[in-house]
Amino acid sequence: MIEASFIQSLKEILDPERVLTSAEDIVPYSFDGTAALKQRPGAVVFPLTAEEVADCVKLARRCSIPVVTRGSGTGLSGGSVPLDGCLVICLVKMDKLIEVDEKNLTLRAQSGVITKEIDDAAAKVGLFYPPDPGSMKISTIGGNVAENSGGLRGLKYGVTRDYVMGIEVVLPDGTLTFLGNKCVKDVAGYSMKDLFIGSEGTLGIITEVILKVLPRPKARKTMLALYDSMDAAAKTISAIIAAKIIPCTLEFLDRVTVQCVEDYAKIGLPTDVEALVLMETDGHPVVVEEEAAQMMALARANGARDVRAAADEAEGAKLAAARRNAFSALARVRPTTILEDVTVPRSELATMVAFIDSVAKKHSLQIGTFGHLGDGNLHPTFLTNERDHEEMHRVEVALAEIVEETIRLGGTVTGEHGVGLAKKAFLKRQLGEGSYELMRSIKQALDPQGLLNPGKIFDLRN
Amino acid sequence: MPQANLLKSLDYSVLQQCMHCGMCLPTCPTYVETKMEKNSPRGRIALLRAVADGDLEVSRALSDEMYYCLGCLACQTACPAGVNYAELFETARAEVEQAEVNDGMQRGFWRWLTLNVIFMRPWLLRLIGRVLRVYQSAGLDNLMRKLRFFGLMPRSLAKLEPQTPQISEHFSDDLIWPEESPKGRQEYRVGLLTGCIQDLAFSNINRDTADVLLANGCEVITPRSQSCCGSLHAHNGELELARELARRQIDSFDLDSLDAIITNAGGCGSHLKTYGHLLHDDPFYAAKAKVWDATVKDIHEWLVQIGFRKPTAGAGVSEVTYHESCHLCHGQKVVSQPRQVLASIPGLVFKELPESNWCCGSAGIYNITQPEQSQKLLDRKVANLKLTKAPVVATSNPGCHLQLANGLRSCGDHPCQEVTQPVTLLARAYRAEQGVGASGPHKPGSETPAP
Ligand SMILES: Cc1cc2nc3c(=O)[nH]c(=O)nc-3n(C[C@H](O)[C@H](O)[C@H](O)COP(=O)(O)OP(=O)(O)OC[C@H]3O[C@@H](n4cnc5c(N)ncnc54)[C@H](O)[C@@H]3O)c2cc1C
Ligand code: SF4
Ligand code: SF4
Repeated sequence: MIEASFIQSLKEILDPERVLTSAEDIVPYSFDGTAALKQRPGAVVFPLTAEEVADCVKLARRCSIPVVTRGSGTGLSGGSVPLDGCLVICLVKMDKLIEVDEKNLTLRAQSGVITKEIDDAAAKVGLFYPPDPGSMKISTIGGNVAENSGGLRGLKYGVTRDYVMGIEVVLPDGTLTFLGNKCVKDVAGYSMKDLFIGSEGTLGIITEVILKVLPRPKARKTMLALYDSMDAAAKTISAIIAAKIIPCTLEFLDRVTVQCVEDYAKIGLPTDVEALVLMETDGHPVVVEEEAAQMMALARANGARDVRAAADEAEGAKLAAARRNAFSALARVRPTTILEDVTVPRSELATMVAFIDSVAKKHSLQIGTFGHLGDGNLHPTFLTNERDHEEMHRVEVALAEIVEETIRLGGTVTGEHGVGLAKKAFLKRQLGEGSYELMRSIKQALDPQGLLNPGKIFDLRN
Repeated sequence: MPQANLLKSLDYSVLQQCMHCGMCLPTCPTYVETKMEKNSPRGRIALLRAVADGDLEVSRALSDEMYYCLGCLACQTACPAGVNYAELFETARAEVEQAEVNDGMQRGFWRWLTLNVIFMRPWLLRLIGRVLRVYQSAGLDNLMRKLRFFGLMPRSLAKLEPQTPQISEHFSDDLIWPEESPKGRQEYRVGLLTGCIQDLAFSNINRDTADVLLANGCEVITPRSQSCCGSLHAHNGELELARELARRQIDSFDLDSLDAIITNAGGCGSHLKTYGHLLHDDPFYAAKAKVWDATVKDIHEWLVQIGFRKPTAGAGVSEVTYHESCHLCHGQKVVSQPRQVLASIPGLVFKELPESNWCCGSAGIYNITQPEQSQKLLDRKVANLKLTKAPVVATSNPGCHLQLANGLRSCGDHPCQEVTQPVTLLARAYRAEQGVGASGPHKPGSETPAP
């Protein structure tokens, strides 16, 4: 438990206004975006500089108070859910965009900057920061790096990791260090920065990032294809990839999700389709036109019932709204919405979607599935009620079966949300003994005291 | 004496609907200001849920938080899960009032005087209006200001005094007959709500609304001396008084004979459409209130619904921008219709206002209770208005109208010189068709014989 003297010392490091301890102030930090996980912290602090972060870490270390780092708390695996009586270091006030370097195509920012503001700043000078998680209007860039977030453009442009060139981190002993630089090529020693990307706040606190940015694509075209079978949708995807086209977006919604979207947003979609696929290509205008025509032809050849292309950006946005509304539409159906992110190799997509469907039937559950068809990342979404304990039990069983099948098909238990608390139980099964132990020994080496986000991803001791 | 925990008696699924995804955060003016979770919708809901769960006491801090919230409902628009924040907000304010955690003598007195006395009695409100009018037109306000009379009032009220609305010369009852029929073919029969602040400060806008309705084949029924709709009460934790006013309001109209009941104030409209929920426990009124909800229509909503007639003349204005009242856009989801009304006027160029649906800081009596945050929002709004360079801004709620006018008044070189409402511009255009009053400010009642 946190003692008064600890709070007092915090207030000596930081402006007392940035140290929160009263119930009304800290109850809202008991959770992140994950359903049904809740734990009140002991105190919440808002540093403004890396030095302040380091000082807080050193103090916590002296007093053996666990530290949980938090960005905007949009995580969906419980990564920033506090531990009882811990110190939460919240970075949202470290929100300075330090530099846009057009000569080197890089951008430097404090880690509390909102993801969308990064892309907006790039756009101002004709540049582009591709990773676009669905939460980009809220999530912090530090949170993105810590979770290695992906987005709708992942198929063509990759994930956050592909854009991190350097990071400043506070290590568990309070050391402040910079890993990486602006060089496109750099083979000096271990790639240390990579260790921290996706480490979910367990190895260090990221305080600053250097990101790679790209020239902004000149044109974009959006299309929508409707299918009577999931198989046909999956075949189209394979055909597109086989035709050596890499679209920037290939997203899909299943029947349940399409119905919910139509109920909620009234876009005018037929509700008897088995799958709806959103396709997007971007780049040079001529290439975009050609690829779009090819993709539409492939969709038709592979059994699409209907293919529509947007005439312009505005109509494209309207078509994309079907995909963007998916989560919203599902979230309205029942009180509790549990969004999963199992991922399988692209070739196994149709199998996996059919399996999820059968699990829903078997356990009489409502599951809507949508996701990133292009990269095999699925979002089976459980529509349930956390207060119905019997149903929640069935959800758990169903989830375990889905994870089991994912692993069997050579997939991963999390494609973008991270392990946190939610996926901990499944991690060893997926990684196998060797890789799991390697991960533990790295944590042991960097943070022997188990100071940073203990109990997330895995437990240090069995 | 503490009574039942209102938040506990609330249907728990309303609280539970929030999945703490955070999608509401960037749209919340108080969160964006402080970046603290307790000042966010998600944080407030968490606090309320903690109270309902018995994990948190109803404290002064909680009360302060609920009064720091604007009730602008931007969060409700942003929320993917469809959280009914409006209901949570009203219940929470009622909860903190009931717990009497912030009852200073002075606060108690002013609340009692306004909510329990003045706004419950339409005749009294109008009487005060008359007195204020005499006082303002005789220049007594300047004299009193010089004499520092207002030093006697609570500081927040004294500061507000220069912002008191200019009271109209005539109230709606003087300008609108109880029943008016359109000149041409009558296609609809509608009731007209005149509001309380709207009636005192903007009775001409009520007249404009009636004219616009008449020009579109509506017979207009305007019951005399209507009471306040109760939104002020509901938003300030006086749910019982709000129910009382709702019953009275329903009784003033013959629901079965009307195609619609028209409201032209965003804030009132948003509240008027929830009488069904407010009175759902009332054995006598529950069913009526449901019908009422379905009958109430915002004027812009109604105009677009019936396919209103495009005017053939202009309104004497070349460019206009539009500030959305929170409760019209977030509360009632009436977003495109006012723009359609403005776009229908010949010769009028419509310019989008950046952040048009960001609260202007008026928010009921928020500018009295939270002057500092209110001013920040007003400054932001005024700066955005400047970007449009439009000489005229239209809005559709008396609170916003006054707030914008105050903001622009204290900003001399601002390009935007006039605050008006879409119905007023439309009414002007219809009048211009007949060759009356096309340009210049419209004098209330100038074209219509006073009853
Ligand atoms: C509606 C919605 C849509 C989403 N869509 C996507 C999506 O498309 N793709 C995707 O990948 N994710 C998605 N997410 C998940 C989530 O938004 C991401 O994981 C995001 O990166 C979290 O950022 P955050 O700032 O909110 O971090 P938080 O939730 O606060 O923290 C996440 C984790 O990172 C750690 N952390 C945070 N900041 C730092 C730091 N500076 N240094 C070290 N550790 C840190 C925390 O301890 C925690 O373990 C979505 C979430 C929501 C609610
Ligand atoms: S957007 Fe809705 S569900 Fe999400 S945190 Fe805000 S209120 Fe809760
Ligand atoms: S009503 Fe407005 S101020 Fe209040 S929580 Fe919602 S968005 Fe924020």
